[in-house]
Amino acid sequence: MTEVAASSAEMPPAEVPWRRLSARMLAVHPVREVLRAWPVLIGVLFLGARSDVGGGVTGLIALGAVIVVGLLRWFTTTYRVSAEQVQVRRGLLRRETLTVPRDRVRTVDITASPLHRLLGLALLTIGTGRTDRRNDGVKLDALTADEAARLRVELLDRSPLAAPVDDAAGAPAVPLVVRPETVLAAFRAEWLRYAPFSLSGIVTVAITIGFLFRMANEANIRLSQFGPVRQAGAQLSRTAIWLAAVEVAIAFVVVVAIFSTVAYVVAYWGFRLSRQPGGTLYIVRGLLTRRSITLEERRLRGAEVSEPLLVRAVGGARAVAVATGLRVGRGAERGGSLLVPPAPRAEVEQVAGAVLGDAAPVRVALVRHGPRARQRRYTRALLGTVALIAVLAALWRWARWPAWPVPASLVLLPVAALLAEDRFRSLGHALAGQVLVVRQGSLVRRRVMLVREGVIGWNLRQSLFQRRAGVVTLEATTAGGRQRYAALDVPVDVAVRLADEAVPGLLTPFLADYGSDRSSD
Amino acid sequence: MTAEPVALRAPAHRVSRRAIVYWTVRAAIGWLVLAGAEVVWLIGAGSLVPLRLVALVATGVLAVLHLMVMPQWRYRVHRWESTDQAVYTQTGWFTQERRIAPISRIQTVDSEFGVLERLFGLANVTVTTASAAGPIKVHGLDKDTASQLVAQLTSTTAATPGDAT
Repeated sequence: MTEVAASSAEMPPAEVPWRRLSARMLAVHPVREVLRAWPVLIGVLFLGARSDVGGGVTGLIALGAVIVVGLLRWFTTTYRVSAEQVQVRRGLLRRETLTVPRDRVRTVDITASPLHRLLGLALLTIGTGRTDRRNDGVKLDALTADEAARLRVELLDRSPLAAPVDDAAGAPAVPLVVRPETVLAAFRAEWLRYAPFSLSGIVTVAITIGFLFRMANEANIRLSQFGPVRQAGAQLSRTAIWLAAVEVAIAFVVVVAIFSTVAYVVAYWGFRLSRQPGGTLYIVRGLLTRRSITLEERRLRGAEVSEPLLVRAVGGARAVAVATGLRVGRGAERGGSLLVPPAPRAEVEQVAGAVLGDAAPVRVALVRHGPRARQRRYTRALLGTVALIAVLAALWRWARWPAWPVPASLVLLPVAALLAEDRFRSLGHALAGQVLVVRQGSLVRRRVMLVREGVIGWNLRQSLFQRRAGVVTLEATTAGGRQRYAALDVPVDVAVRLADEAVPGLLTPFLADYGSDRSSD
Repeated sequence: MTAEPVALRAPAHRVSRRAIVYWTVRAAIGWLVLAGAEVVWLIGAGSLVPLRLVALVATGVLAVLHLMVMPQWRYRVHRWESTDQAVYTQTGWFTQERRIAPISRIQTVDSEFGVLERLFGLANVTVTTASAAGPIKVHGLDKDTASQLVAQLTSTTAATPGDAT
């Protein structure tokens, strides 16, 4: 990898001194490790004389070791920023020096957990666009908040005004210059309306339940003996089974809605997206852990407006950036590509348009993919459902399963049909100015707006069935986001024309009309 | 753009004929491993013998069909072409895929000679772009063609400036 070369240090001629992380981290490390290990600690302190005391002692020793390692990390980590590169030196026995050329810096991410904020610290992560997951960027844990803010501006500002700051004194020599920015979106209380539908709470609920079980396990508490749980259990066992099921379902929905709202507030409180003069987008958000992401606009390849089914049902959407070096999909929130959290659709679309610098791709009417695409959506949805019903019937007939799942599963047929129709209605594509637009999906409908310049190849895929139906899945490959964006089941000639128009000239020699007599030997 | 129908033609060159044998052998190895596991399963325990025999026979039938159909079909599909502007391939059999990438966006050109491929004097060439979804692979080229293709691609790629993202 060229971006981050792990090598023995080759000193640049300009002698920029090495600097340490903030000394306040010496206080953060032990506290953080203790917090992380608190279930074990409680077990040791309060339930002292138990059979598993050996495990507790081992836990304490491990905890001590982790704290020492944390302290050592502070003593062994130094960094410096010169005019050409950022260097981080770390390791006690195995010294390593990470060198990142400054023009490869794509994102700067500042995260401050409540503990960091209490001490005025921030974790700075420099993203270089490497897409492997093991080592995503250079982390400086942690700098003072001022220093982090200064570095952020310095690292990504490519305007000639931003000369390298003289930091020989080890402190900001030049005060942070506040320059005008354009705010594209800012958190409003109305956005909370979409929070319960964002389902971001499901994960939290699952984690909480898992955590409670683990806690109970560590502390040897039998959950079934726990008062409220036992009462609820007894209550449910007395009611009819269907009523009990309804009650549990309602309770689950309410809990998920509450947790989703809480998660939304915690993650997006104080959200602000702005365009900064240095050619960057700047995103701040977070109630407890404050997170700010700076992303270079020249790395932007497009934007995606996605509507999860529930959020769509209440007229909401969210937007994600398609940029090189930023992760999307699972972990997109953490990866920093989120442009707008679930919010009113019109507002999200306006922001996406502003980010792209052109409102047309967001507004343009899409070309539908035709009757074959619709037929294939139905076939696929219904065949799967029928197969499921057949399996249930077979299990009932030959494996002594109860009979009721079979008629119950018939309900899935209309659901599948609705899903198929919606999936078809979602399909569409268009060219709007310099942007290629494709849309698909029902459970999560995504409208991807990809800058045509960012398309670096085409994949046209056809299964045997697609060939017989005369349709093709056209994928535009790109260096950003999901790496590929597909238009499903487009009629073949429409797909070829779309690809040809989107990237002029690329397909020309391979078109049957003008290119058939040409060969390249 | 006019409304007259447009279509992509297939890439100009076929791969080496020896690729048919190569694909057959490679697939046969996979099937043999599966069949071997099933034989062990058959010998292993006393119960359910008819079921296990049926599984083994079914595997055999599927394997023979696959080995008869797949390599021939693949050979008729697999094609490639490279111009000064773009690389264009067609691969697959049941599901077929055409991939096109402009030379200006190529990041790396790799040629690989696997153990099995070397037995048949074959090689494959992989052209990657900055997109993880974009690698273009040409399987079953004979060695000389592969070297020529790599030489041609590296020289044209070197002539194109930019970081190709």
